[in-house]
Amino acid sequence: MNPTEPLLSVQNLKTYFFLDEGTVKAVDGVDFDVYPGQVVGIVGESGCGKSVTIKSVLRLTQKPGRIVEGKILFRSQRVTDADSGSDVIDLTTLDPHGKRMRSIRGAEIAMIPQEPMASFSPVHTVGNQLIEAIRLHEDVSKEEARQIAIERLHEVGMPNPEQRLDAYSWELSGGLRQRAMIAMSLSCNPHLLIADEPTTAIDVTTQAQVLNLLRSLQKMHNMSIIFITHDLGVIAQVADYVVVMYLGRVMETGPVDDIFHNPLHPYTKALLKSIPSIYSPSGTELPTIEGSIPHPFSRPSGCPFYPRCEAFMAGVCNAKDPELQSINERQSVSCFLYEEKQMQPS
Amino acid sequence: MDKIRQDERVLLEVSHLKKYFPIRKGFFKRVVGHVRAVDDVSFSINEGETLGLVGESGCGKTTTSRAILRALDPTDGQILFRTESGEIVDLAALPEKEIRPLRSQMQMIFQDPFASLNPRMNLLDIVSEPMLTIEGIKSRKERSERVAELLRLVGLRPEYMQRFPHAFSGGQRQRIVIARALALNPRLVVADEPVSALDVSVQAQVLNLMLRLQRQLNLTYLFVAHDLSVVKHFCNRVIVMYVGKIVEDAPTDELYFRPRHPYTAALMSAVPVPDPRIRSAMTPLEGDVPSPANPPSGCYFHPRCPYAVDICSQKTPELEEISPDHYVSCHRAGELELTGVVDPRQAQIG
Repeated sequence: MNPTEPLLSVQNLKTYFFLDEGTVKAVDGVDFDVYPGQVVGIVGESGCGKSVTIKSVLRLTQKPGRIVEGKILFRSQRVTDADSGSDVIDLTTLDPHGKRMRSIRGAEIAMIPQEPMASFSPVHTVGNQLIEAIRLHEDVSKEEARQIAIERLHEVGMPNPEQRLDAYSWELSGGLRQRAMIAMSLSCNPHLLIADEPTTAIDVTTQAQVLNLLRSLQKMHNMSIIFITHDLGVIAQVADYVVVMYLGRVMETGPVDDIFHNPLHPYTKALLKSIPSIYSPSGTELPTIEGSIPHPFSRPSGCPFYPRCEAFMAGVCNAKDPELQSINERQSVSCFLYEEKQMQPS
Repeated sequence: MDKIRQDERVLLEVSHLKKYFPIRKGFFKRVVGHVRAVDDVSFSINEGETLGLVGESGCGKTTTSRAILRALDPTDGQILFRTESGEIVDLAALPEKEIRPLRSQMQMIFQDPFASLNPRMNLLDIVSEPMLTIEGIKSRKERSERVAELLRLVGLRPEYMQRFPHAFSGGQRQRIVIARALALNPRLVVADEPVSALDVSVQAQVLNLMLRLQRQLNLTYLFVAHDLSVVKHFCNRVIVMYVGKIVEDAPTDELYFRPRHPYTAALMSAVPVPDPRIRSAMTPLEGDVPSPANPPSGCYFHPRCPYAVDICSQKTPELEEISPDHYVSCHRAGELELTGVVDPRQAQIG
């Protein structure tokens, strides 16, 4: 696989939900690339569209949600494009329930869901669920699948994997359950792993275990990971590249070091300042972002962040949509502060 | 003997507090064991101070806070509280009837503002309910005047009084919860994870509000949380709990930068630092938190402790004052060299 070509390229993705009360533009023009072996962190607060973005990538958006525009280009090794025969497929053109999408989903693109308790079936053993996933994608016998499952559980640091295979998910502790979930998602050697807030439901010491595990597995398999979280600490610890989202749009993208040490977008700057740091003196007031996240029906026109933005320019920010544009060779920002001079108000 | 009787500044002193939940089995619901949710916990809070209570889920921090408010009846122990008139009462021993008049002095802020507000009551009814039930203020006019004042205090417009909770965002709802808690001018406010359900950008607003109110009204907070960065930012003093017991109790900076208990040190190193230049600092603890129904022998932490020696599995350590105002329960506290949070100045160099 060529490391200079993206494994996944999301281009101008728009996923809308058509409700009786109106249309919710959950994802409204999102662009980002994931290169082989790269960990991309998507950060954003609730309602920013991070979960809908990855559900769109996996083609799991449910009615009344629909991808209305954009491309999701994925370099597949199992499926080739029907017309051109190329290995780069636009996932938006596939039938979400079709054979081709199903052979990619779970095998080439796997996902670790947020809540491991809710994601396992309580009436099947962990082993049966792992074996089911493996046999769905690989042509192996039950016995072989069982061996693969044991190997995977061993890989994620599960003690006594042979016995745990026959355990039910509710018999495992939170940390072990999350490990079993990771083992399941890795069962078919995916090239792209999507982790949707994999550590929000667990305690700090377990979180550290899971993050370390993901880091080492990523290196071992040279996978790409899309890591979704609202926790900037977690992003700083695991991501190579960061996508900052707000209300369905990408605000800023860049390498993790630039995002944390040279943030450009006012939203990124404000977000970084407003997190309580373990270093700041106790009992001092934090700089805040005024207001709250708008309701999806009452989305502001223009830049979605302008009502809360310190650098708001009347007549510009609320009038037009800013484009995501590259500022230097590393970072891209969608903000009028960085647009050409002619865009400024006269 | 009791600190509260000697030191005027102490508002609340908890001593040897225990809360056991029985485990029942079988047709006759026989008691077959106990979950020791809170097991011999002692600490005190000074007036105007913020005490943080941290620990992983199931460590008993919420049970402790509920027992103090007598939302749960403690199994054993004393909860000494200095009332407004200066009298010292033991909340653990008082019958419900005698606690009721004291309820106005202790209030609670809950975790999830989406679950703690009745969707069928408007703000006026929600915020004024304590005035009606505890103080018995019947006049609607008087109540609505006080509600307006409270809403202004927490940064909401008094005109919102007739609206219902669904019209508000998470951060605004938490402000309503705070207004309700302040309705009776409490002196002690127990806040159980007040910001963990909120978005990052809104968290800071609520924390700032709580700080401002503390200064204005001389409030004392017992702040229960699992987010160590928030606790570091907010509290003067922090208690770390593990399986129903206090493992360490110290002033915030002391605890974060110079922890003396291996569990505290492990917690500190597990906090993901929001700076990509300080990586690999995360050294996770192996294993899982034991069940409070069946805790290990000796020190509850010994199966996971990298420094454990023979005595740790045999004898339960006592909480001892290792240096002035710094309490720790570890057999080896005196000899261990532990590192806490990476000091930013050192990290910048390295």
